[in-house]
Formats: sequence, C-alpha cells, structure tokens
Amino acid sequence: MPRELTYLEAVREALQQEMRRDERVFVIGEDVGVYGGAFGVTRGMVEEFGEERIIDTPISELGIAGAITGAALTGMRPVGEIMFMDFTTLAAEQLVNQAAKIRFMFGGNATVPFVLRTPAGSGTGAAAQHSQSLENWFVHVPGLKVVMPSTPYDAKGLLVASIRDDNPVMFIENKLLYKSRGPVPEEIYTLPLSVSEVKREGRDVTIVATAIMVQRALEAARQLAEMGIEVEVVDPRTLKPLDRQPIIASVIKTGRVLIVHEACKTGGFGGELAAVIAGSEAFDFLDAPIIRLAGRDMPIPYNRTLEYHTVPQVDDIVQAARKLAEGSV
Amino acid sequence: MTLTAEKKHDLLRQMYTIRAFEEMAEQLYTMGKIHGTMHLSIGMEASAVGAVAALQDDDFILSTHRGHGHCIAKNADLNLMMAEFMGKETGYCRGRGGSMHIADVDGGNLGANGVVGGGIPIAVGVGLSQKMQKTGRICLSFFGDGAANLGPFHEALNMAAIWTLPVVFVCENNQYAMSYSAKKAFAIDKISDRAAAYGMPGETVDGNDLMAVYTAVRRAVDRARDGGGPSLIESSTYRWRGHSKSDANRYRSKAEIEEWRAKDPIARFRQQLIDAGELDDQGADAIMQAASGAIDTAVEFADSSPEPDLATIEDGVYA
Repeated sequence: MPRELTYLEAVREALQQEMRRDERVFVIGEDVGVYGGAFGVTRGMVEEFGEERIIDTPISELGIAGAITGAALTGMRPVGEIMFMDFTTLAAEQLVNQAAKIRFMFGGNATVPFVLRTPAGSGTGAAAQHSQSLENWFVHVPGLKVVMPSTPYDAKGLLVASIRDDNPVMFIENKLLYKSRGPVPEEIYTLPLSVSEVKREGRDVTIVATAIMVQRALEAARQLAEMGIEVEVVDPRTLKPLDRQPIIASVIKTGRVLIVHEACKTGGFGGELAAVIAGSEAFDFLDAPIIRLAGRDMPIPYNRTLEYHTVPQVDDIVQAARKLAEGSV
Repeated sequence: MTLTAEKKHDLLRQMYTIRAFEEMAEQLYTMGKIHGTMHLSIGMEASAVGAVAALQDDDFILSTHRGHGHCIAKNADLNLMMAEFMGKETGYCRGRGGSMHIADVDGGNLGANGVVGGGIPIAVGVGLSQKMQKTGRICLSFFGDGAANLGPFHEALNMAAIWTLPVVFVCENNQYAMSYSAKKAFAIDKISDRAAAYGMPGETVDGNDLMAVYTAVRRAVDRARDGGGPSLIESSTYRWRGHSKSDANRYRSKAEIEEWRAKDPIARFRQQLIDAGELDDQGADAIMQAASGAIDTAVEFADSSPEPDLATIEDGVYA
C-alpha cells in the first residue's frame, strides 16, 4: 500500500524537503510561524527551521510580494504565502508590474525565482472576500507562471518544481482540497511545469478541468460510466504557460468537450481553453459546440445553499456531459 | 568619513557627466532618436552622487523613474546606457527597458522603476537576502516625495525596521509629485519625521549640497552595515525641468525655478573644492570637458549599434 497524505500535508512536505535540500529556500508570510499558517500548511515548520527561515510578517501583502521579489533577485529562492487569494489584490503591483516584468525589462539579465502560494476557492462558507478564484488575473500577465494542482501527488511534485523554477510562480492551492487524501511518495520528486495530464481516459466526452473541478469531474465520470458514457478528464495543472497538445489530442479523440472551472465564467480560463481548442486541428473533429461550466458572474454568497449553487458541482457536470454525449446540446 | 581630493574630483566628474548625459538625452529626444517619455533629474545631481558615494561598489541600489543620475553615480557604462535610451540591442537591457527600466544587476543597480514607489518593497527583500546570506552588503532605495505617500512606503519601512535590515531609504524630495506640491501633499514639514513612526533614525539634508548628502547617507550606511538597521534620509532638492517631456510647468513659477537654478549643486560643489584649494578653475573645466567628451562617445556608440533582431522579440519573458 503506497503511503497516503492529504493535499495540505503534501504541500508541507514539499516545503520541508526543499528547505532541507537548499538553504536558499525560505518561507515568508502572515502567521506562517508558530501559528502554522491560516490553514495549517506550515504547522511545525518553525520548530525545525527557526524564525530565520519561517518568517512571520506584519499584515502587509504588498510588502511580502516585494520581499520575495527582492530576495529572489539577489540569490534566494523564497516561498511567500498570501493567506487568501483575495488578498493578492493588495500585492498586485509588485506581482504584475515588478516581479513578472523584471527579467524581460532587464534584457534577460536577471531572474526572479520565487513561489507565491495562496489558497483559492469557495465552499468554506466564508463569503465574498475570502472565496475567490482569481487565477485568470495572473494567467493574463506574461512573466508569471500559474500552477493549480488538483491532487496531493501533483501538489508535492509541482511545488518542488515551482521552487526550482527560475521564474516567479503563482502556486494556487484549493481550500477544499487541503483535506483530500491520496498516494504521495516519501522521497522528494518533481513534476514538470507546463505538462497537462490526462487524469482519466475515455472515448465519449473530454472534460478539461482545473483544481477542485478535476476531482468533481472524476466523480462525475464515475457516475457517467454507469450510464455508459466514458469521459476523459484532462487537467492542465499549469495554466500558464499552457501545455495545449494533450488537450487538443483528447478533443480529437472524443469530438466533444466540456470545460469546467470554479472562477467566474466571463473572462475566465475556460474562454482561453475554448479558443485554443477551436483554433486548433481539433476543430474539424468537434461534433458539438464547446461547452463551458464555470462560476456564476457574481460574488460568492454567504448562505450555504446559495454558495453551493454559485460554482459547478458534480451534478452540474454530469448533466452537462450527458447532454453533450447524447447530442442534445 | 572624509573624502580624498581625488575622490571629490571624481564626484564632480560624475555630476558633470549626469548633467551632460541628460542634456544630450533631451536633445536626442527632441530629434526623435529617443522616444517614449523621459524624466530628467537636472538640478538634482548632488543627491544622486552624494548618496551613492557613501556606498561600496558591491552594494545595491534601487532607483526611480528619475534615475539617470543614480545609474551614472553607480558607475554605469555610458555607452550601454545611451544605447538603451535609443532602444538598441547593445543597451543595458537589450533595448527592452529604456530609460525608465535600466538595470545593471552585476554593478549592483537593481533597476530604475516606472512605478512610483515600486522599488521600495523590493529593497526590503534585497536587505533580507543580504542579512540571511551574511554578505555585509547593503541596499539603498531611492524614491521621491510622491512615493512617500503610497502604501508601499509604509509597509516597506516598517518591515525593514522590525527586521533590522541593512537598507537605507533615500527620499529625494524635489518638491513636486508631478504637479502636486509637497507643501500640499504633506501635513508635516519634514518627510524624514516619518522615520520616528517606524523606529528608525530620520534626517533631512540639503540635497543640493553634495557633502551634506554624502555625510548623512554615509552615517546611515555605516549604521546599516553594522547591523543597526534602516534609516530614512530626506534629500531636499529641486528638478529644473518639468516632470516629463509633456510638462508645461503650469503649476510653478519661473521665479521659483530661477531661484533654484541659482542653487545649482554642481557649481556649488565646484566652488567648494576651489575654495578649499582642492581644485582650480582650469582643473574643473578639464573635468567638465572630459565628462561631455564621454557623452559624445556614448552617442556615437549608440548610434552605430544595431537594432534588436525581431527573431528575439520574446527573449527573456521566461527564464
């Protein structure tokens, strides 16, 4: 039996193992020390690495983003934490105008190797200012990489790879996935960035999903299989730069594609995926329109029932995929 | 903290070089050889040169959108700098950055900045990194009076102070944030008074007096290097030109500009050296001529340099 960890433990183990391996790696953010991080990701780490390498900050999100930018520029490999993705808005100037552009503006004469970890997503009942999925804001900024793992195994391997990458990486974790469990090797390993993975093979419909929607798509696929519909699930894992080929290949195979993400639909990553597919050689193989399931274009409500129906759930995916497969779209 | 006569001659040369470089850049802009926008620091040379003179060669600076003087004071290669202004492949940033984004990472210049206040939080990271790596190097962060009213200023000064980082914050108060007078923008007389709020020393100096700037910044640099943490120095000075090339100067009077022109920091330092018997008029003129000669060479280099190859357009977006 392979060892299982939660997604949260996998992230922590990646941080611990990289910090043991490379003394340039350090963690900096609000309440990451004795408190252990708002979600507990860095719990226990200050005991091993000390306050010099697990650095608690004042509530200064822009300050954190500046600190990792400057430290990365001068020889360190920092991992910053922004407690909720909603608060990356406060850090945006440093991320968008500074970190993302420095290498290019300096004619390639500098590198900014940092990771900014931040939890995204709804489902915790925390309402509109603690539940957003803003990944597409950063996907739109050249110079940043955007990684969104959907399993504990991916979380560890992709985080190690992100720390070793020479670019600024936005590493977006999902709050509801923190407690999900899965096999994770004990030894340190990397999963290459910008490699999309087929998480489940199928012949009838392709579902391209990100983060927690990968898990919901896989559950939907199990239910659809009982109805005789075989769904293929593709997880981009890195949203920018995007590995297009596995997505295109899957659509060529199935001829039908459903895109699922949690962030608001308008201007969301699904639009980009749809355009990539429609503009590719897969276009001639499409037997139905490209369908997007995404968060509604509205803030996340506090009420549990309203919140649940703001973003795609398993039933929504089952219904949409079924319609697609049956040609009733 | 005393400087040799030879070093002082070199500082005078740097000031003349900055003046000549910027006057040439202004001319080239008018001729259409330099495009975009341009923020000249003519009249502020003592602030840049005096502050950087307090650093060691391997210390870092972070600069502003009015950063030509900082760049030259940090020993920039004038050829590479002029080529960057003209957008050439041989420029410091291969023509990708222009005057607002020049960096010379190997030389310790971590970049001019097109965003007001943009470099201040980065200075915290550089200071943190130097402290963690125990390099003994310090980071000097230049910014203007306008930046001192932005959030990044407050977050960065606080973080540098609580972690006792080797950072020196130099606020060049040139009296206007674009058109907004510092007198209107602050309810305090001295920006350096804000240092007290973060628990660091603060000092306002005459930014047109090179030795005054040098002495104050040197004290702050020594303190930072000895583990005493950051300081805030306000260098009070004035830009003779408008904010940028599109500025019609409607917000200030000719009389005010003339009053400050009379306080020319270069003429002042030159006279100080002559009065002290450390230089004569002839020697000073020779220094001035050598400075403008170097600019002519830089223009020739830039003019004859190639444009970037279109095939390399996306180079450097990712490592």
